[in-house]
Amino acid sequence: MKTIIDQIIEKPHTGDIHTTSKDFKPDVDVRWCAGCGAISVLSPAQRLMPELGIPKEKIVFISGIGCSGRFPYYIDTYGFHGIHGRALPIASGLKIARPDLSVWVVTGDGDNMSIGGNHFIHACRRNVDMNVLMFNNEVYSLTKGQYSPTSHRGQITKSSPLGALDDPFNPVALALGASATFVARGHDKDRAQLQQLLLKAHQHKGFSFVEIYTNCRIFNDGAFDLYTNAESREDHTVWLEHEKPLVFGKNKDKGIIMDGFTPRIVDLTDGGHSINDVLIHNEKDSTLAFILANMTYSEILPRPMGILQNLDSRTSYDDRVVEQIQQEVETKGVGNLEQLLLGGSYWEI
Amino acid sequence: MNKLVEHLEEVTVRFAGDSGDGMQLVGTQFSDTSGFAGNEVNTFPDYPSEIRAPEGTLYGVSAFQVHFGSKNIHTTGDFVDVLVAMNAASLKVNIANVREQGIIIVNTEGFDDRSLKLAGYVRNPLTDDSLSKYQIFGIDMSKELKKAFIEVDVPSKLIQRTLNIFALGVTYWLFNRPMEPTVNWINKKFKGKEDVILANVHALQGGWNFAEKNPDFRKQYIIDKSDMLPGKYRSITGNQAVALGLVVAATKAHLPLFLGSYPITPATDILHAISGYKKYGVKHLQAEDEIAGITSAIGAAFGGSLAVTTTSGPGLSLKTEAIGLAIMTELPLIIVDVQRAGPSTGLPTKTEQSDLMQAMYGRHGEAPLPVLAAASSSDCFDMTLEAARIALKYMTPVMLLTDGYIGQASEPWRIPEIDKLPEIAPQFAQDASTFKPYLRNPETLARQWAIPGMQGMEHRIGGLEKEDGSGVVSTDPLNHQKMVELRQKKVDNIANDIPELEVVGELEGDLLLLSWGSTYGAAKIAVEKMQAQGHKISHAHLRYLNPFPKNLGEVLHRFDRIVIPELNLGQLKNLIQAKYLKPVIGIHKVQGKPFKSVELEEKLTVLLSLENLKNWEANKSRQDIPVDL
Repeated sequence: MKTIIDQIIEKPHTGDIHTTSKDFKPDVDVRWCAGCGAISVLSPAQRLMPELGIPKEKIVFISGIGCSGRFPYYIDTYGFHGIHGRALPIASGLKIARPDLSVWVVTGDGDNMSIGGNHFIHACRRNVDMNVLMFNNEVYSLTKGQYSPTSHRGQITKSSPLGALDDPFNPVALALGASATFVARGHDKDRAQLQQLLLKAHQHKGFSFVEIYTNCRIFNDGAFDLYTNAESREDHTVWLEHEKPLVFGKNKDKGIIMDGFTPRIVDLTDGGHSINDVLIHNEKDSTLAFILANMTYSEILPRPMGILQNLDSRTSYDDRVVEQIQQEVETKGVGNLEQLLLGGSYWEI
Repeated sequence: MNKLVEHLEEVTVRFAGDSGDGMQLVGTQFSDTSGFAGNEVNTFPDYPSEIRAPEGTLYGVSAFQVHFGSKNIHTTGDFVDVLVAMNAASLKVNIANVREQGIIIVNTEGFDDRSLKLAGYVRNPLTDDSLSKYQIFGIDMSKELKKAFIEVDVPSKLIQRTLNIFALGVTYWLFNRPMEPTVNWINKKFKGKEDVILANVHALQGGWNFAEKNPDFRKQYIIDKSDMLPGKYRSITGNQAVALGLVVAATKAHLPLFLGSYPITPATDILHAISGYKKYGVKHLQAEDEIAGITSAIGAAFGGSLAVTTTSGPGLSLKTEAIGLAIMTELPLIIVDVQRAGPSTGLPTKTEQSDLMQAMYGRHGEAPLPVLAAASSSDCFDMTLEAARIALKYMTPVMLLTDGYIGQASEPWRIPEIDKLPEIAPQFAQDASTFKPYLRNPETLARQWAIPGMQGMEHRIGGLEKEDGSGVVSTDPLNHQKMVELRQKKVDNIANDIPELEVVGELEGDLLLLSWGSTYGAAKIAVEKMQAQGHKISHAHLRYLNPFPKNLGEVLHRFDRIVIPELNLGQLKNLIQAKYLKPVIGIHKVQGKPFKSVELEEKLTVLLSLENLKNWEANKSRQDIPVDL
């Protein structure tokens, strides 16, 4: 059963694999608009790659259509710029065929939540080992400014001059609902933090989904300012850390407690509650993950950022494919092609 | 009891009953046994799209036709010589195609008042003389079956389930078929269930004995062995042949096989087969939809697999955009379309050849790809290997057209020796220092295949137009024209790498019958019969539809009149007329059924009639397109 591909997979890397971020910058101009949030994802990604200890010929970036779709051209690994909404099945096919590769998908809120929505929910449940970075700018940018599946109701865009009538998806809740094992949210204004999230996504074996708030300067500028700007984000977001209390605010003076199944804000300075009362995050608890995800569009609660869920209890689909083949070979032996052609019954003339 | 014996050259038997009566099973057994007995065989399963329609209804009738004989069995049989009808509805649905003086074996218990009413019979056809032009054998099968089991200890519930096997036993007597293959099959199928084995084997023998002892059955029919090439044979459907072809092609190319597919009638059998090939290292993904089926295959192709997607018409429509992506990225990919009657959901279980235009042109932009069409069930194996060879050699998606008829019909297949099949060589990039993703082999124009894992050849490809050679995204107007022309030229050049069209019969003259795909069998038989009657008519068959064989134009112009029979309203006809400026007479059938050879003979007879010929001669100078038949 050895194939040419096995020879390629088994061939050791020649020379040093410890590369620098420069090695991941191809000789092309980045054509995103100045100040585009996507650029703020590109540099952490390029910085992260050398840290993974994987030779770059084993890394593949796959994208769909939209501004995010250009990402593979800007990172010097193997890359595939697919068609609208289909990055996930392209990546799934590649990873199932080639479990030896580190597979990354870059997509957007239109690409992944709208035209590719069906692929997204199935990729979540199937748990193929890959990392999905969804650039969410709450607008269609490459088609020049229409409302997207994450735009909020009432949003004024070129295709909703009187305000969008749709309610948005909450991407992290959708991912959790579709059984994704790793679900996180980051943003474009803190590159170091984002790099950490991408590393965690990579380390997680299985389907990793990272929603990234990326500002579109041209068609939806400032959409996430409240949650991403240094002055306001401390008061309007809560950074989730495994086994750490949900404390937020500029002075770390507010906490989240559970009132029944409802999260509520408490003041940690008025003597009513202490840090000991505050909810402790557990990224292995999927019930908690749902509760946290549902804080997203709350007008009172801070927006949850960081890793909502990180489960290692389910094997990845690509591993299961390999295991099934191995089991079959162990119990029945390697297939004999001549026998296969003969079939159940044959006769001789 | 003295029985008469008559030798026949060919016979068509049709088993018909309710969807749950096991007619597909006994038909398959009869077919396999006939192959085992040394006959040529061609079969046709004909079942409704409902899984278990209400019992006794006309729309719930399921049938299986077996055409077998000592030579020239290339169709499923134009007329039925022996009909086995398990109830009134199956008689009603199938009687029209039974030959005069043909044999009809009916299970009389399926003709009670309720069954007659469901079938729309006002009077019982078995007793009202309406079937006088046939030989009717009425058997109360349950009653006879019980009699056969008097001395055998088997639960009556099991006995009742072997009614179809009893009927099979009767037909085995009629054609003096060996019991051995079916007995072996029963033993294998029900291994460990001794009472089930006993019930089935005894029912088969019971059917035989019943006919042997019954004075109404006066004559046995003997079909001599056919003169086939020596070798090992098995019965194979087109869908099975595609599945096997894919595994063999991957082996010959030393590549892993990946199938991305979504269930759709009548192509699903390929997915079923491939999903069972795990011990051959085959990977498959039953995707969430048709689009994910093909795009996952494209991903696997990017990773170096022999990648395949299988579908039927509606699925092909959904895959359209992704096929364009495979053309643009110039990745090897096999797309198998088991055509069915459309448009839209159409007649899901019925055959048609109406996806040809979609295969050729059904994409936005200038998006050429090679299109192949298998001629018969067993040819599906050869054409699958061809599809793989072309895809890997030329770095292109290839469309393989089969259809519901040859996909599901079976015929004996001479099993090839794997070692003797030619190797397939993928076009992997060799040298990282000179590598560029769109550098081309000057002869084939194929670009190099560099897959993840190959050091120093990291590159990006995708749906955007790329600069020739470097593969950098390019919107340069002249580069686009160059790339569009290169992709077209690459496909056109394949004409130099495929067999020329062969003409059977005189190499020039009045009439050429040009067939493609599954119409091969009916066309071949029709032409041979007419040639034997002294008519001047020739036959050629196309298995390569894009590009066409390079001598096609020259062949067409050697004949005065070209006739193309196809199961559509003239799709190949239009392609040929447009390309070769040669008027074509079309014969069109869109009834969800394959051509009968006799239908083609009738049309050809009209064309060859003196009056028609005179008319043709008189109007020859006019440039009118001839009227279709």
